[in-house]
Amino acid sequence: MTDTSITDSTVTDATITDTTVTAATTIKGRVTIFPRAEILDPQGKAIGDALARLGFGQVREVRAGKSFDVVLAGVDPGKAGELLRRMAEKLLANPVVEDFTVELISGETP
Amino acid sequence: MRCGVVVFPGSNCDHDVYHVLKHVLGQDAVFLWHDEADLHGCDLVVLPGGFAYGDYLRAGAMAALSPIMAEVRRHAAAGGPVLGICNGFQMLLEAGLLPGAMRRNRDLRFLCQDVWLRVERDDLAFTSRYARGQVLRMPIAHAEGNYVDRDEALDALEKAGGVVFRYASPGGETAEGWNPNGSARAIAGVVNAGGNVLGMMPHPERCAEQVLGGEDGLGLFASLVAAAVEVRHA
Repeated sequence: MTDTSITDSTVTDATITDTTVTAATTIKGRVTIFPRAEILDPQGKAIGDALARLGFGQVREVRAGKSFDVVLAGVDPGKAGELLRRMAEKLLANPVVEDFTVELISGETP
Repeated sequence: MRCGVVVFPGSNCDHDVYHVLKHVLGQDAVFLWHDEADLHGCDLVVLPGGFAYGDYLRAGAMAALSPIMAEVRRHAAAGGPVLGICNGFQMLLEAGLLPGAMRRNRDLRFLCQDVWLRVERDDLAFTSRYARGQVLRMPIAHAEGNYVDRDEALDALEKAGGVVFRYASPGGETAEGWNPNGSARAIAGVVNAGGNVLGMMPHPERCAEQVLGGEDGLGLFASLVAAAVEVRHA
């Protein structure tokens, strides 16, 4: 796993405007992980089948993933996305079978 | 041979492996605690089955970052034998010491049953007591043993002779019906390019004495002992 392929294309930076960063400044980011498109997702399929049995006949497909909310402290908002992406590449996601996206969902400067 | 069996919080096959090495084969065997970055001079390192760290995040993901794993990497890089069984195989994948990844079993069920394995390599320190094409009967017990990798990576693995065991029929035929968990190309065991790091989902330590219903797994440990004797006399 390398850190060289990082791009900012998946970061949505909605709420962060203050550029004064202190150790107490926190940013909450969310890493969302899904099985890669070409990987069968038997869990998602079982859940989709169960929804259909409950009468939700409209369900065409379900993909089961997971998400992690990570609160960062003392991080420049401009670097938070890259930091989260490195965390995803090193641990949170397994790149052999999973894709991930990163978003920043809130920031706080006390 | 001095054998180290690494104990993680949640390991549950550690004593079985220790028993085979120490009492069935008469080797010097010790337990190694995951939190201690020291192999205590062991020639062989075994990562046993179980549910290390409760399989948090992904099976093997937390264990792959345990302090002892830095030493296991060093041992592997120096050519020392490392055997990962079941959860230990998952750790080797998560640690990047072997290629690929595990998914949930095809039918989403925990499988606890005997399977048949075809031996694909008999020229390794792990398999010299077997013959290529020989069929072994071994138990599996896992929910996430559905081996997968990108097609080109699987091609490269096969070309490099990385597939050591495949799920097969009692007659040695690979067919989807004999593949219990949906693993790509019926792969049950994988070795690294150096031939010294082996990961496998089936449990050889659970079939190393007749009293347990079979001895097909004993050959794997006996091969390692024979290889260590060769090293000593080389």
